[in-house]
Amino acid sequence: MTDPRTLILVLGVLVVLGAATAVAHVLRRRPETGLNPALLETFWRRIRAWWLLLSIVAATFLIHRVVTIAVFGLISFWALREFITLTPTRPGDHRALFWVFFVATPVQFVLVGLGWYTWFVSFIPIYAFLLISARIALADDPKRFLERTAKIQIGLLICVYCFSYAAALLSLPVDKVSSGAASLRERLLFFFVLMVQLSDVLQYAWAQLPWKHVLAPTISPSRTLEGLLGGVLSTSLVGSALYWATPFPYWLAGLMSGLIALIGFAGGLTMSAIKRDRGVQDYGTLVEGHGGVLDRIDSLCFAAPVFFHLSYAWLTSG
Amino acid sequence: MALKITGPLLALFAKFFSGASVRWIDCHPDTCQRIYFANHTSHLDALVIWASLPPEVRAMTRPVAAKDYWTAGRIREYFARHVFNAILIDRTEIKVHQSPVDVMIREIGDKYSLIVFPEGGRSPTGEVQEFKSGLYYLAKKRPELEAVPVYIDNMNRILPRGEVLPVPLLSRVIFGPPIWLEKDEPKADFLRRAREAVLRLKDL
Repeated sequence: MTDPRTLILVLGVLVVLGAATAVAHVLRRRPETGLNPALLETFWRRIRAWWLLLSIVAATFLIHRVVTIAVFGLISFWALREFITLTPTRPGDHRALFWVFFVATPVQFVLVGLGWYTWFVSFIPIYAFLLISARIALADDPKRFLERTAKIQIGLLICVYCFSYAAALLSLPVDKVSSGAASLRERLLFFFVLMVQLSDVLQYAWAQLPWKHVLAPTISPSRTLEGLLGGVLSTSLVGSALYWATPFPYWLAGLMSGLIALIGFAGGLTMSAIKRDRGVQDYGTLVEGHGGVLDRIDSLCFAAPVFFHLSYAWLTSG
Repeated sequence: MALKITGPLLALFAKFFSGASVRWIDCHPDTCQRIYFANHTSHLDALVIWASLPPEVRAMTRPVAAKDYWTAGRIREYFARHVFNAILIDRTEIKVHQSPVDVMIREIGDKYSLIVFPEGGRSPTGEVQEFKSGLYYLAKKRPELEAVPVYIDNMNRILPRGEVLPVPLLSRVIFGPPIWLEKDEPKADFLRRAREAVLRLKDL
Protein backbone atom coordinates (compact mmCIF):
# COMPACT_ATOMS: atom_id res chain seq x y z
CA MET A 1 0.00 0.00 0.00
CA THR A 2 2.79 2.38 0.91
CA ASP A 3 4.29 4.12 -2.07
CA PRO A 4 7.97 3.22 -2.66
CA ARG A 5 8.76 6.94 -2.82
CA THR A 6 7.68 7.31 0.81
CA LEU A 7 10.07 4.58 1.83
CA ILE A 8 12.93 6.07 -0.14
CA LEU A 9 12.33 9.49 1.40
CA VAL A 10 12.14 8.18 4.95
CA LEU A 11 15.10 5.86 4.54
CA GLY A 12 17.15 8.60 2.91
CA VAL A 13 16.45 10.95 5.80
CA LEU A 14 17.29 8.23 8.32
CA VAL A 15 20.63 7.61 6.64
CA VAL A 16 21.54 11.32 6.52
CA LEU A 17 20.38 11.94 10.06
CA GLY A 18 22.15 8.82 11.30
CA ALA A 19 25.37 10.02 9.69
CA ALA A 20 24.97 13.49 11.19
CA THR A 21 24.34 12.00 14.63
CA ALA A 22 27.43 9.81 14.34
CA VAL A 23 29.57 12.79 13.32
CA ALA A 24 28.20 14.95 16.14
CA HIS A 25 28.71 12.13 18.61
CA VAL A 26 32.34 11.68 17.63
CA LEU A 27 33.04 15.43 17.67
CA ARG A 28 31.49 15.82 21.11
CA ARG A 29 33.75 13.08 22.46
CA ARG A 30 36.86 14.79 21.11
CA PRO A 31 37.34 18.29 22.50
CA GLU A 32 40.83 18.45 20.93
CA THR A 33 39.41 19.06 17.42
CA GLY A 34 39.27 22.75 18.34
CA LEU A 35 35.70 23.25 17.18
CA ASN A 36 33.61 25.79 19.04
CA PRO A 37 31.86 23.76 21.78
CA ALA A 38 28.84 26.10 21.85
CA LEU A 39 28.41 25.55 18.11
CA LEU A 40 28.68 21.80 18.57
CA GLU A 41 26.14 21.88 21.37
CA THR A 42 23.67 23.78 19.15
CA PHE A 43 24.27 21.24 16.39
CA TRP A 44 23.67 18.39 18.84
CA ARG A 45 20.45 19.88 20.20
CA ARG A 46 19.15 20.46 16.69
CA ILE A 47 19.89 16.89 15.70
CA ARG A 48 18.00 15.62 18.72
CA ALA A 49 15.02 17.80 17.86
CA TRP A 50 15.17 16.42 14.31
CA TRP A 51 14.99 12.86 15.48
CA LEU A 52 12.03 13.67 17.64
CA LEU A 53 10.06 15.61 15.04
CA LEU A 54 10.79 13.24 12.20
CA SER A 55 9.96 10.16 14.23
CA ILE A 56 6.63 11.73 15.18
CA VAL A 57 5.88 12.35 11.53
CA ALA A 58 7.15 8.92 10.52
CA ALA A 59 4.85 7.36 13.13
CA THR A 60 1.98 8.40 10.93
CA PHE A 61 3.05 5.88 8.28
CA LEU A 62 3.13 3.13 10.85
CA ILE A 63 0.21 3.76 13.16
CA HIS A 64 -2.65 6.03 12.24
CA ARG A 65 -3.08 9.64 11.31
CA VAL A 66 -5.23 10.23 14.40
CA VAL A 67 -2.14 9.50 16.51
CA THR A 68 -0.11 12.03 14.56
CA ILE A 69 -2.76 14.70 14.92
CA ALA A 70 -3.05 14.02 18.65
CA VAL A 71 0.73 14.31 19.06
CA PHE A 72 0.73 17.57 17.13
CA GLY A 73 -2.04 18.75 19.45
CA LEU A 74 0.05 17.93 22.52
CA ILE A 75 3.07 19.76 21.11
CA SER A 76 0.83 22.74 20.46
CA PHE A 77 -0.51 22.62 24.00
CA TRP A 78 3.00 22.56 25.42
CA ALA A 79 4.18 25.42 23.20
CA LEU A 80 1.20 27.52 24.27
CA ARG A 81 2.04 26.76 27.88
CA GLU A 82 5.53 28.10 27.38
CA PHE A 83 4.22 31.16 25.57
CA ILE A 84 1.61 32.12 28.18
CA THR A 85 3.98 31.40 31.08
CA LEU A 86 6.29 33.98 29.60
CA THR A 87 3.54 36.49 28.93
CA PRO A 88 2.35 38.57 31.87
CA THR A 89 -1.37 38.14 32.41
CA ARG A 90 -3.69 39.53 35.03
CA PRO A 91 -6.01 37.55 37.32
CA GLY A 92 -8.88 38.75 35.11
CA ASP A 93 -7.48 36.70 32.23
CA HIS A 94 -7.70 33.42 34.12
CA ARG A 95 -11.06 32.23 32.80
CA ALA A 96 -10.22 33.28 29.26
CA LEU A 97 -7.00 31.26 29.53
CA PHE A 98 -8.93 28.26 30.72
CA TRP A 99 -11.04 28.40 27.55
CA VAL A 100 -7.95 28.83 25.41
CA PHE A 101 -6.17 25.80 26.84
CA PHE A 102 -9.01 23.38 27.36
CA VAL A 103 -11.51 24.30 24.67
CA ALA A 104 -9.98 26.25 21.79
CA THR A 105 -6.83 24.12 21.48
CA PRO A 106 -8.46 20.66 21.53
CA VAL A 107 -11.35 21.79 19.31
CA GLN A 108 -8.93 23.11 16.70
CA PHE A 109 -7.18 19.76 16.45
CA VAL A 110 -10.47 17.86 16.33
CA LEU A 111 -11.55 20.07 13.43
CA VAL A 112 -8.22 19.43 11.71
CA GLY A 113 -8.59 15.71 12.31
CA LEU A 114 -12.09 15.71 10.84
CA GLY A 115 -10.76 17.68 7.89
CA TRP A 116 -13.56 20.26 8.11
CA TYR A 117 -11.71 22.83 6.08
CA THR A 118 -14.08 25.80 6.46
CA TRP A 119 -14.24 25.33 10.19
CA PHE A 120 -10.63 24.79 11.05
CA VAL A 121 -9.52 27.84 9.09
CA SER A 122 -12.08 30.10 10.74
CA PHE A 123 -12.56 28.73 14.24
CA ILE A 124 -9.61 30.38 16.00
CA PRO A 125 -9.19 33.70 14.14
CA ILE A 126 -12.90 34.47 14.36
CA TYR A 127 -14.68 32.60 17.11
CA ALA A 128 -11.91 31.93 19.60
CA PHE A 129 -10.55 35.47 19.24
CA LEU A 130 -13.93 37.06 19.85
CA LEU A 131 -14.55 34.71 22.75
CA ILE A 132 -11.22 35.68 24.36
CA SER A 133 -11.95 39.40 24.19
CA ALA A 134 -15.50 38.95 25.47
CA ARG A 135 -14.41 36.66 28.32
CA ILE A 136 -11.75 39.13 29.44
CA ALA A 137 -14.30 41.95 29.30
CA LEU A 138 -16.65 39.90 31.44
CA ALA A 139 -13.94 39.64 34.11
CA ASP A 140 -14.48 43.36 34.64
CA ASP A 141 -10.87 44.49 34.64
CA PRO A 142 -10.33 47.19 32.00
CA LYS A 143 -6.66 47.74 32.72
CA ARG A 144 -4.63 47.33 29.49
CA PHE A 145 -7.51 45.40 27.99
CA LEU A 146 -6.34 45.53 24.37
CA GLU A 147 -2.79 44.56 25.24
CA ARG A 148 -3.90 41.56 27.29
CA THR A 149 -6.33 40.41 24.64
CA ALA A 150 -3.69 40.71 21.92
CA LYS A 151 -1.11 38.75 23.91
CA ILE A 152 -3.36 35.77 24.41
CA GLN A 153 -4.60 35.94 20.84
CA ILE A 154 -1.16 35.93 19.26
CA GLY A 155 -0.14 33.05 21.50
CA LEU A 156 -3.12 31.04 20.33
CA LEU A 157 -2.57 32.11 16.72
CA ILE A 158 1.08 31.04 16.54
CA CYS A 159 1.22 28.07 18.86
CA VAL A 160 -2.10 26.46 17.99
CA TYR A 161 -3.69 27.81 14.83
CA CYS A 162 -0.57 28.08 12.66
CA PHE A 163 0.95 24.90 14.03
CA SER A 164 -2.23 22.93 13.37
CA TYR A 165 -1.83 23.62 9.65
CA ALA A 166 1.07 21.18 9.60
CA ALA A 167 -1.23 18.44 10.88
CA ALA A 168 -3.87 19.63 8.41
CA LEU A 169 -1.64 18.53 5.54
CA LEU A 170 -2.93 15.06 6.39
CA SER A 171 -6.42 16.09 5.29
CA LEU A 172 -5.55 17.69 1.96
CA PRO A 173 -7.82 16.69 -0.94
CA VAL A 174 -5.76 14.37 -3.15
CA ASP A 175 -8.45 12.76 -5.30
CA LYS A 176 -7.42 14.83 -8.32
CA VAL A 177 -3.89 13.50 -8.24
CA SER A 178 -3.61 10.97 -11.05
CA SER A 179 -0.78 8.77 -9.82
CA GLY A 180 0.81 7.84 -6.55
CA ALA A 181 -1.95 9.23 -4.36
CA ALA A 182 -1.35 6.53 -1.75
CA SER A 183 0.33 8.05 1.34
CA LEU A 184 0.82 11.28 -0.61
CA ARG A 185 -0.41 13.42 2.30
CA GLU A 186 1.84 11.75 4.83
CA ARG A 187 4.74 12.17 2.45
CA LEU A 188 3.90 15.83 1.99
CA LEU A 189 3.89 16.41 5.74
CA PHE A 190 7.20 14.62 6.02
CA PHE A 191 8.60 16.70 3.17
CA PHE A 192 7.37 19.92 4.80
CA VAL A 193 8.86 19.19 8.22
CA LEU A 194 12.07 18.13 6.55
CA MET A 195 12.33 21.37 4.55
CA VAL A 196 11.60 23.55 7.59
CA GLN A 197 14.24 21.84 9.69
CA LEU A 198 16.69 21.79 6.82
CA SER A 199 16.26 25.50 6.15
CA ASP A 200 16.90 26.22 9.84
CA VAL A 201 20.16 24.33 9.72
CA LEU A 202 21.21 25.70 6.32
CA GLN A 203 20.54 29.29 7.37
CA TYR A 204 22.56 28.71 10.48
CA ALA A 205 25.40 27.21 8.46
CA TRP A 206 25.42 30.02 5.86
CA ALA A 207 25.43 32.59 8.63
CA GLN A 208 28.84 31.25 9.72
CA LEU A 209 30.42 32.76 6.57
CA PRO A 210 32.86 35.60 7.14
CA TRP A 211 30.52 38.13 5.46
CA LYS A 212 27.90 39.16 7.94
CA HIS A 213 25.13 41.64 7.41
CA VAL A 214 23.10 41.17 10.56
CA LEU A 215 19.49 42.02 9.78
CA ALA A 216 18.12 42.86 13.23
CA PRO A 217 21.09 42.97 15.61
CA THR A 218 19.11 43.86 18.72
CA ILE A 219 16.62 41.07 18.26
CA SER A 220 18.73 38.34 16.77
CA PRO A 221 22.49 38.81 16.39
CA SER A 222 22.86 35.45 14.64
CA ARG A 223 20.49 36.00 11.70
CA THR A 224 22.30 37.45 8.74
CA LEU A 225 21.32 38.39 5.19
CA GLU A 226 23.88 35.88 3.93
CA GLY A 227 22.28 33.16 6.06
CA LEU A 228 18.85 34.04 4.73
CA LEU A 229 19.84 34.14 1.05
CA GLY A 230 22.05 31.08 1.26
CA GLY A 231 19.40 29.23 3.23
CA VAL A 232 16.59 30.08 0.81
CA LEU A 233 18.63 29.13 -2.26
CA SER A 234 20.06 25.90 -0.89
CA THR A 235 16.70 24.80 0.54
CA SER A 236 15.14 25.46 -2.88
CA LEU A 237 17.77 23.26 -4.52
CA VAL A 238 17.26 20.39 -2.09
CA GLY A 239 13.47 20.81 -2.39
CA SER A 240 13.48 20.64 -6.16
CA ALA A 241 15.76 17.63 -6.05
CA LEU A 242 13.15 15.91 -3.88
CA TYR A 243 10.22 16.90 -6.12
CA TRP A 244 9.42 13.20 -6.79
CA ALA A 245 8.20 12.94 -3.21
CA THR A 246 5.63 15.71 -3.74
CA PRO A 247 2.74 16.21 -6.15
CA PHE A 248 4.54 19.25 -7.61
CA PRO A 249 6.81 19.63 -10.65
CA TYR A 250 10.46 20.21 -9.82
CA TRP A 251 10.30 24.01 -10.25
CA LEU A 252 7.31 24.35 -7.96
CA ALA A 253 8.82 22.04 -5.31
CA GLY A 254 11.91 24.26 -5.37
CA LEU A 255 9.88 27.46 -5.21
CA MET A 256 7.80 26.22 -2.30
CA SER A 257 10.88 25.04 -0.42
CA GLY A 258 12.47 28.47 -0.87
CA LEU A 259 9.26 30.06 0.39
CA ILE A 260 9.27 27.74 3.42
CA ALA A 261 12.81 28.89 4.22
CA LEU A 262 11.89 32.57 3.83
CA ILE A 263 8.78 32.38 6.00
CA GLY A 264 10.50 30.11 8.50
CA PHE A 265 13.11 32.84 8.85
CA ALA A 266 10.35 35.37 9.55
CA GLY A 267 8.92 33.03 12.18
CA GLY A 268 12.21 32.61 13.98
CA LEU A 269 12.79 36.35 13.94
CA THR A 270 9.31 37.11 15.29
CA MET A 271 9.66 34.66 18.15
CA SER A 272 13.09 36.09 18.93
CA ALA A 273 11.49 39.54 19.18
CA ILE A 274 8.99 38.24 21.71
CA LYS A 275 11.74 36.52 23.69
CA ARG A 276 13.95 39.63 23.75
CA ASP A 277 11.00 41.70 24.91
CA ARG A 278 10.51 39.31 27.81
CA GLY A 279 14.25 39.24 28.46
CA VAL A 280 14.88 35.51 28.03
CA GLN A 281 17.28 33.61 25.84
CA ASP A 282 15.13 30.61 25.07
CA TYR A 283 11.70 29.44 26.01
CA GLY A 284 13.50 26.37 27.26
CA THR A 285 15.75 28.18 29.71
CA LEU A 286 12.75 29.79 31.31
CA VAL A 287 12.04 26.56 33.06
CA GLU A 288 14.93 24.20 33.45
CA GLY A 289 14.46 20.66 32.38
CA HIS A 290 11.78 21.44 29.84
CA GLY A 291 12.81 21.23 26.23
CA GLY A 292 11.82 24.64 24.99
CA VAL A 293 9.28 23.28 22.52
CA LEU A 294 8.50 26.72 21.15
CA ASP A 295 12.15 27.31 20.28
CA ARG A 296 12.04 24.26 18.04
CA ILE A 297 8.78 24.92 16.23
CA ASP A 298 8.84 28.70 15.66
CA SER A 299 9.75 28.55 11.97
CA LEU A 300 7.41 25.62 11.40
CA CYS A 301 4.46 27.59 12.83
CA PHE A 302 4.93 30.42 10.35
CA ALA A 303 5.60 28.27 7.30
CA ALA A 304 2.79 25.74 7.83
CA PRO A 305 -0.24 27.86 6.79
CA VAL A 306 1.50 29.14 3.65
CA PHE A 307 2.62 25.67 2.59
CA PHE A 308 -0.85 24.27 3.29
CA HIS A 309 -2.72 26.91 1.32
CA LEU A 310 -0.39 26.74 -1.67
CA SER A 311 -0.60 22.94 -1.72
CA TYR A 312 -4.37 23.14 -1.39
CA ALA A 313 -4.58 25.60 -4.29
CA TRP A 314 -2.37 23.42 -6.48
CA LEU A 315 -4.20 20.19 -5.66
CA THR A 316 -7.68 21.63 -6.21
CA SER A 317 -6.94 23.69 -9.33
CA GLY A 318 -6.86 20.52 -11.46
CA MET B 1 -3.36 -0.97 48.20
CA ALA B 2 -5.35 1.74 46.46
CA LEU B 3 -3.03 4.29 48.03
CA LYS B 4 -0.08 2.74 46.27
CA ILE B 5 -1.68 3.78 43.00
CA THR B 6 -3.47 7.01 43.89
CA GLY B 7 -0.42 8.57 45.56
CA PRO B 8 1.93 8.41 42.57
CA LEU B 9 -1.01 9.20 40.27
CA LEU B 10 -1.89 12.33 42.18
CA ALA B 11 1.76 13.36 42.24
CA LEU B 12 2.03 12.81 38.49
CA PHE B 13 -1.15 14.78 37.90
CA ALA B 14 0.05 17.64 40.10
CA LYS B 15 3.38 17.68 38.31
CA PHE B 16 1.72 17.78 34.91
CA PHE B 17 -0.68 20.56 35.83
CA SER B 18 1.89 22.72 37.54
CA GLY B 19 4.53 21.93 34.89
CA ALA B 20 6.89 22.25 37.82
CA SER B 21 10.60 22.09 37.25
CA VAL B 22 12.27 21.18 40.52
CA ARG B 23 15.69 22.35 41.64
CA TRP B 24 17.68 21.63 44.77
CA ILE B 25 20.29 24.27 45.57
CA ASP B 26 22.84 23.38 48.27
CA CYS B 27 20.38 20.88 49.66
CA HIS B 28 19.54 17.29 48.76
CA PRO B 29 16.37 15.27 49.08
CA ASP B 30 16.58 13.25 52.28
CA THR B 31 14.18 11.28 54.43
CA CYS B 32 15.53 12.91 57.60
CA GLN B 33 13.03 14.95 59.58
CA ARG B 34 12.73 18.47 58.18
CA ILE B 35 10.53 21.52 58.11
CA TYR B 36 10.01 22.74 54.58
CA PHE B 37 8.77 26.32 54.63
CA ALA B 38 7.55 28.03 51.50
CA ASN B 39 5.89 31.13 50.15
CA HIS B 40 2.17 30.71 49.63
CA THR B 41 0.09 31.96 46.71
CA SER B 42 -2.25 29.12 45.82
CA HIS B 43 -4.19 26.22 47.32
CA LEU B 44 -2.13 23.94 45.10
CA ASP B 45 1.17 24.95 46.75
CA ALA B 46 1.15 22.21 49.37
CA LEU B 47 0.24 19.57 46.82
CA VAL B 48 2.88 20.71 44.33
CA ILE B 49 5.72 20.80 46.86
CA TRP B 50 4.66 17.39 48.13
CA ALA B 51 4.60 16.06 44.56
CA SER B 52 8.03 17.57 43.82
CA LEU B 53 9.69 15.42 46.46
CA PRO B 54 11.07 11.99 45.49
CA PRO B 55 8.59 9.19 46.37
CA GLU B 56 10.45 7.93 49.44
CA VAL B 57 10.75 11.45 50.87
CA ARG B 58 7.16 12.19 49.90
CA ALA B 59 5.97 9.25 51.99
CA MET B 60 7.59 10.83 55.07
CA THR B 61 6.36 14.38 54.46
CA ARG B 62 3.08 15.89 55.59
CA PRO B 63 1.87 19.25 54.29
CA VAL B 64 0.00 21.58 56.60
CA ALA B 65 -3.18 22.67 54.84
CA ALA B 66 -6.31 24.69 55.48
CA LYS B 67 -9.05 22.46 56.84
CA ASP B 68 -11.92 24.47 55.36
CA TYR B 69 -10.54 24.15 51.82
CA TRP B 70 -9.38 20.54 51.95
CA THR B 71 -12.50 19.15 53.61
CA ALA B 72 -14.90 20.88 51.22
CA GLY B 73 -16.00 17.97 49.10
CA ARG B 74 -15.35 14.25 49.45
CA ILE B 75 -12.65 13.94 46.82
CA ARG B 76 -10.56 16.73 48.25
CA GLU B 77 -10.92 15.34 51.73
CA TYR B 78 -9.95 11.85 50.56
CA PHE B 79 -6.82 13.20 48.90
CA ALA B 80 -5.89 15.40 51.84
CA ARG B 81 -6.43 12.81 54.54
CA HIS B 82 -5.37 9.61 52.85
CA VAL B 83 -3.19 10.39 49.86
CA PHE B 84 -0.95 13.26 50.81
CA ASN B 85 -1.59 12.77 54.47
CA ALA B 86 -2.06 16.46 55.25
CA ILE B 87 -2.21 17.94 58.72
CA LEU B 88 -5.41 19.93 58.48
CA ILE B 89 -5.50 23.12 60.51
CA ASP B 90 -8.79 24.72 61.41
CA ARG B 91 -8.22 28.39 60.68
CA THR B 92 -11.55 29.46 62.11
CA GLU B 93 -11.10 28.20 65.67
CA ILE B 94 -7.61 28.40 66.99
CA LYS B 95 -7.61 27.52 70.65
CA VAL B 96 -5.00 28.41 73.21
CA HIS B 97 -4.18 24.90 74.36
CA GLN B 98 -4.68 23.44 70.90
CA SER B 99 -2.45 25.80 68.96
CA PRO B 100 -1.58 24.79 65.37
CA VAL B 101 2.08 24.49 66.33
CA ASP B 102 1.24 21.95 69.06
CA VAL B 103 -0.87 19.98 66.63
CA MET B 104 1.97 19.92 64.09
CA ILE B 105 4.58 18.87 66.66
CA ARG B 106 2.31 16.09 67.89
CA GLU B 107 1.43 14.86 64.41
CA ILE B 108 4.97 14.62 63.06
CA GLY B 109 6.35 12.82 66.11
CA ASP B 110 9.91 11.81 65.42
CA LYS B 111 9.20 10.48 61.97
CA TYR B 112 7.54 12.90 59.57
CA SER B 113 8.69 16.07 57.89
CA LEU B 114 6.43 19.09 57.56
CA ILE B 115 5.53 21.49 54.77
CA VAL B 116 4.44 24.83 56.23
CA PHE B 117 3.56 28.22 54.87
CA PRO B 118 4.75 30.78 57.42
CA GLU B 119 2.88 33.66 55.81
CA GLY B 120 -0.21 32.11 57.39
CA GLY B 121 -2.30 32.48 54.27
CA ARG B 122 -2.10 32.99 50.56
CA SER B 123 -0.51 36.24 49.50
CA PRO B 124 -3.08 38.45 47.78
CA THR B 125 -0.49 39.98 45.43
CA GLY B 126 1.90 37.11 44.83
CA GLU B 127 4.64 38.95 46.76
CA VAL B 128 6.02 37.15 49.81
CA GLN B 129 4.43 38.66 52.92
CA GLU B 130 5.87 38.97 56.42
CA PHE B 131 6.19 35.61 58.22
CA LYS B 132 3.92 34.84 61.16
CA SER B 133 5.51 33.51 64.32
CA GLY B 134 4.45 29.85 63.87
CA LEU B 135 7.70 28.90 62.17
CA TYR B 136 9.67 30.38 65.05
CA TYR B 137 7.78 28.35 67.66
CA LEU B 138 8.18 25.19 65.57
CA ALA B 139 11.93 25.79 65.35
CA LYS B 140 12.10 26.59 69.04
CA LYS B 141 10.36 23.37 70.04
CA ARG B 142 12.30 21.24 67.61
CA PRO B 143 15.60 23.14 67.17
CA GLU B 144 17.39 20.07 65.80
CA LEU B 145 15.25 19.86 62.65
CA GLU B 146 16.56 21.30 59.40
CA ALA B 147 14.38 24.17 58.21
CA VAL B 148 14.49 24.05 54.39
CA PRO B 149 13.37 27.17 52.50
CA VAL B 150 11.29 26.56 49.38
CA TYR B 151 10.39 29.10 46.73
CA ILE B 152 7.45 28.28 44.56
CA ASP B 153 6.99 30.39 41.47
CA ASN B 154 3.99 31.09 39.25
CA MET B 155 1.42 29.02 41.16
CA ASN B 156 -0.67 32.14 41.73
CA ARG B 157 -1.22 32.22 37.97
CA ILE B 158 -2.01 28.52 37.73
CA LEU B 159 -4.69 28.62 40.40
CA PRO B 160 -5.26 32.15 41.71
CA ARG B 161 -7.31 33.04 44.76
CA GLY B 162 -10.98 32.48 44.25
CA GLU B 163 -10.64 30.31 41.14
CA VAL B 164 -11.71 26.69 40.98
CA LEU B 165 -10.16 25.54 37.71
CA PRO B 166 -6.41 25.63 37.13
CA VAL B 167 -4.72 26.86 33.97
CA PRO B 168 -1.75 24.67 33.03
CA LEU B 169 1.13 27.13 32.97
CA LEU B 170 4.67 26.20 33.94
CA SER B 171 6.00 26.74 37.44
CA ARG B 172 9.20 26.30 39.43
CA VAL B 173 9.87 24.76 42.82
CA ILE B 174 13.27 25.59 44.32
CA PHE B 175 14.61 24.01 47.50
CA GLY B 176 17.37 25.97 49.22
CA PRO B 177 20.06 25.38 51.85
CA PRO B 178 18.63 24.61 55.33
CA ILE B 179 18.69 27.09 58.21
CA TRP B 180 18.45 26.52 61.99
CA LEU B 181 17.30 28.68 64.86
CA GLU B 182 20.43 30.12 66.47
CA LYS B 183 20.77 29.97 70.22
CA ASP B 184 18.98 32.96 71.80
CA GLU B 185 18.07 34.33 68.37
CA PRO B 186 15.21 36.82 68.74
CA LYS B 187 11.94 35.88 67.09
CA ALA B 188 11.87 38.83 64.69
CA ASP B 189 15.43 38.17 63.54
CA PHE B 190 14.80 34.52 62.84
CA LEU B 191 11.59 35.23 60.94
CA ARG B 192 13.31 37.88 58.85
CA ARG B 193 16.20 35.54 58.12
CA ALA B 194 13.81 32.74 57.16
CA ARG B 195 11.86 35.01 54.83
CA GLU B 196 15.05 36.19 53.17
CA ALA B 197 16.14 32.58 52.72
CA VAL B 198 12.99 32.01 50.68
CA LEU B 199 13.25 35.26 48.74
CA ARG B 200 16.87 34.61 47.81
CA LEU B 201 15.86 31.48 45.89
CA LYS B 202 13.65 33.54 43.60
CA ASP B 203 16.52 34.86 41.51
CA LEU B 204 18.71 31.76 41.52
